[in-house]
Amino acid sequence: MKFYRSHILIGIDDSSLQSGVKEIENSLRQELDKNNLSDEVNILETGTLGYFGTGVSITVYPDQITYVNITKEDIPEIVSEHFLKGRPVRRLMLDKEFTSKYDFGYKRRIVLENSGLIDPENIEEYIGTGGYEGWEKALTEMKPNQIVEEVKQSGLRGRGGAGFPTGLKWSFTAPLEVEQKYVVVNADEGEPGTFKDRLIMEGDPHKLLEGVMIASRAVGASKAYIYIRGEYKLCIQRLQHAIKQAYDYGILGKNIFGSDFNLDIYLKIGAGAYVCGEETALIESMEGNRGNPRNKPPFPGVEGAWKAPTVVNNVETLANVPSIIKNGADWYAAFGVEGCTGSKVYTILGDVKHPGLCEVDMGTPLRTIIDGYGGGIKDGKEFKAALVGGAAGVFLPNKMLDVKMDFNSLQEYAAVLGSGAILVMNEDADMVDMLWSVIRFFRHESCGKCSPCANGNEILYRLITDIRNGKGKEEDLEHMIMLSETMKESSFCALGQSLLLPVKSAIENFREDFLARMK
Amino acid sequence: MANNKMIKLWIDNKEVEVPEGTTILSAAQKADIHIPTLCYHPDLEPSANCGVCVVEIEGQPVPKRSCCTPVWEGMKVTSNSVKLRHLRKTLVEMVLSNHDVVCPTCNQNNKCELQDLAYLLGVDDSRLPKILEKKPIDDAGFSIVRDPNKCISCGRCITVCQQVQTVNALTINGRGFDGTVTTPFDKGMSESPCVNCGQCVVYCPVGALREKSNTEEVWDALLDDDKYVVVQEAPAIRATLGEEFGMDPEKVTVGKMYAALRKLGFDRVFDTNFSADLTIMEEGTELITRLKEGGKLPLITSCSPGWIKFMETYFPGIAENVSTCKSPQQMFGALVKTYFAEKEDLDPAKIVSVSIMPCTAKKFEANRPEMKDSGYQDVDYVLTTREFVKMIKEAGIDFKNLPEEKADDLMGAYTGAGTIFGATGGVMEAAVRTAYYVLTGREMDNLNVEAVRGMKGVKEASLTIPTKDLGEVSLNVAVAHGLGNARKLMEKVVSGEKEYHFIEVMACPGGCVGGGGQPFGSSLADRARRGMSLYKEDSDLPLRCSHQNPAVNKAYESYLGEPNSEKAHKLLHTYYFQRSTANGQTQKEVTHKH
Repeated sequence: MKFYRSHILIGIDDSSLQSGVKEIENSLRQELDKNNLSDEVNILETGTLGYFGTGVSITVYPDQITYVNITKEDIPEIVSEHFLKGRPVRRLMLDKEFTSKYDFGYKRRIVLENSGLIDPENIEEYIGTGGYEGWEKALTEMKPNQIVEEVKQSGLRGRGGAGFPTGLKWSFTAPLEVEQKYVVVNADEGEPGTFKDRLIMEGDPHKLLEGVMIASRAVGASKAYIYIRGEYKLCIQRLQHAIKQAYDYGILGKNIFGSDFNLDIYLKIGAGAYVCGEETALIESMEGNRGNPRNKPPFPGVEGAWKAPTVVNNVETLANVPSIIKNGADWYAAFGVEGCTGSKVYTILGDVKHPGLCEVDMGTPLRTIIDGYGGGIKDGKEFKAALVGGAAGVFLPNKMLDVKMDFNSLQEYAAVLGSGAILVMNEDADMVDMLWSVIRFFRHESCGKCSPCANGNEILYRLITDIRNGKGKEEDLEHMIMLSETMKESSFCALGQSLLLPVKSAIENFREDFLARMK
Repeated sequence: MANNKMIKLWIDNKEVEVPEGTTILSAAQKADIHIPTLCYHPDLEPSANCGVCVVEIEGQPVPKRSCCTPVWEGMKVTSNSVKLRHLRKTLVEMVLSNHDVVCPTCNQNNKCELQDLAYLLGVDDSRLPKILEKKPIDDAGFSIVRDPNKCISCGRCITVCQQVQTVNALTINGRGFDGTVTTPFDKGMSESPCVNCGQCVVYCPVGALREKSNTEEVWDALLDDDKYVVVQEAPAIRATLGEEFGMDPEKVTVGKMYAALRKLGFDRVFDTNFSADLTIMEEGTELITRLKEGGKLPLITSCSPGWIKFMETYFPGIAENVSTCKSPQQMFGALVKTYFAEKEDLDPAKIVSVSIMPCTAKKFEANRPEMKDSGYQDVDYVLTTREFVKMIKEAGIDFKNLPEEKADDLMGAYTGAGTIFGATGGVMEAAVRTAYYVLTGREMDNLNVEAVRGMKGVKEASLTIPTKDLGEVSLNVAVAHGLGNARKLMEKVVSGEKEYHFIEVMACPGGCVGGGGQPFGSSLADRARRGMSLYKEDSDLPLRCSHQNPAVNKAYESYLGEPNSEKAHKLLHTYYFQRSTANGQTQKEVTHKH
């Protein structure tokens, strides 16, 4: 084994690929070669480094220096200054104070423990960090009901938005004695501003696969499907690659680890409808039908894909499972807060200094996430609002910033954790425009199956458009809340039921913005 | 659910016990508790679209739709509350915001389920903006007009077209507010696989679907002194008119029907039942010939134009099995402008031949290019039951108190066999009566063929006939009504899984009494009741077999010769095409004119 004095981690994700990361990586290799440094400095490809809008980024170890927005022209300078002379290139460095202040040392990461550190395309690196130990334990040392029990004990709740206890969900399906059951991964991440699942899959695809395997064993499914957005090209490619590797290593397929357990994992590519993130619409789409939601009950856990019992879990939920099984429920429950254990992955966006990806304990205050991990508001502006939980989320004003980010605490503010997107807006943001954009999104994504949602969204859209164009009346605001309440109470699925949160929170917390358009 | 487990629940504090799997709505109906609905229809699988039927359930965060939520043990349901009333009103208000509210001129005025609900709930439709975006009306076909501006996307038409009829001419195109009920490729009904059965029209709650009306043309003809207007009425009409005029729905109204037609100004009032009997003579002879000469079997009936277009579209391979007989309407039409014109010394060019049918497909059938064997279009205008009722009302006729009249001679007499054509199984039963007589030389002891009556989707019977020259013949027959049932039956016939001698198919559930031209909202229960009233009329009539019809026998003696004669073939028989499953257009002839 070779020893290197420096390691360069280069973040390869969908956005860095668009910034030409491959070409830059090539010139970096050539430049190191030219300076006879190839034997001293190693380049490792990994998933996202966790910073957004930073083009091509690399982190250099052991120095823990991150360079962002690197172009091809910067390469000779980085090599000669940093690696030959030992002087960091300050103009390209990410704020060192910022990166060291908060826990970027991965100490309390569960889902993202390997992201940005290992090569996602190499199963051996995953195994080398303890990967698939949970799977082996689940298959060789545990009975299915023990796995369900362990996950129940851990307190893990679904990360797709609703927060339903995962172990409980599994316990509905596990005891059913039928020929075929399925595990389906909801990787149809469609909530605006949310791409944590993409980064989890890009950065550590085996983590998800291991979670799928354990879930399948727990509920007795011999087939699992990952229903993934068609736009997630790199995820699809990395998952396909990871699945192939898992088969090659005997981790998937027939008689895994010499047991009598068989499992196949398939990818199903979605076509980009938001409603297909709703589990029953997802199943309809997976079966080849129009992606319209089904009535519940029967719930998918009893009658799902092709009428068979089907457990549908979010990517992040399943990515928590390997560590729970490997380290035990108590270890996991030590993260987070009472009733809401573990960690949560967020995407922080908008008017913050450092938009990015972070994983923190459940219950971490929103202010800490925005000021700490997001680096606070950029350009010296004032905070105005945060849209928490995606388009189906809540507009929170400054006075609510100290809310703890977990399912229960947010409920007290009539807010939701939702998808884990935190969109931060500064003083220049106008809530009329923001709400208009949210409603336009829902209007576009309503499937049309039920009239409360199809008509309701259109009426809301006409009302907000009138307000935006200075033609609104104050009573329109009451009508909008009344309509979205009606939609909440009578829409067929969660899509139409979701409007109430953004509409009500925007109008109630930022009424002055709306009245200003009526003068 | 297969088990008989009973579930106990409380609706508005009233204890109800129902089998597992029952919906809250059905449980409420059982407990005599009314829950308002809009998109729901008892015959169809709930689309769960409108949300009007929501109820509150203890422990549930939001109200649930009662139409599709199964009951559970100990469930506590509130069917009405201040909150639920407000919710329902707002929902209807939202629907009206996207609905072309033109009630006075709407075809479904006073029969509109949305109108009723909005009125009863006291909906104020002035609060919200109108979101309706006008779309063009699809009226290029002969049978059915679609007005998307009235459509509330309840999904009933799609359910009936896809699930019940398996025609698949209607679907949702687009999403959300932009989602519209339309035909494949958005080409319009006339360029779709639509077979014009009109079940979508019957089930539409709001007038977004209607027949292509011909009342104006008929009024023009009636008010034109130069025209000689002749009318025929299908068997099912007499079983339906009573219910539209507040009369005993279980009785047929033949005499008043004739009287009303004379009052409207028709010059001659005949009856399609006459040509139903004639059809039996032709089709019965065709069956016996095929049986004796080893022709193609099973023979399949051809009275239902919806079925014929369905067969041409989805089963053109069995066209040779389908009887070459025209439908009673078209036989009648061909005779009016030939036989009748000759006997009465009338210029056929001046005759306007009108038919009153429970059917929308009959409009398409009358306009088929090949239906001109008299030298003219055999049937000029087809009116549905609904159009006929409207004309009676427009003319201010007090239908209920009209004195009974008789049909005119020549093509007016009929037997019980003709009248039961209107109910599923009726053509089969009528054919069996006459075939038995022809094959054995005597009448059946009991004319009722109970095995082919009733609302079961596919009915089968094996009838033993002691024939004169073939010995004892066992006749295997089947009856299907509703095209979904017809499809299932035909798949079995094509695959060879089932072998029959004779099959009756009616496109509409219940047969013609459930036709697409019948009153809006006609349920399966209504259809069954109308069928029963036809069987009642049959049993009360002195003549119950087609071969006993004196007017039919006279037509053969004085004009046609004998059944299946050359002249009969020219006027009373037809041929079929293969049609595209994508757009319903003819592709080639699959049988030929004799």
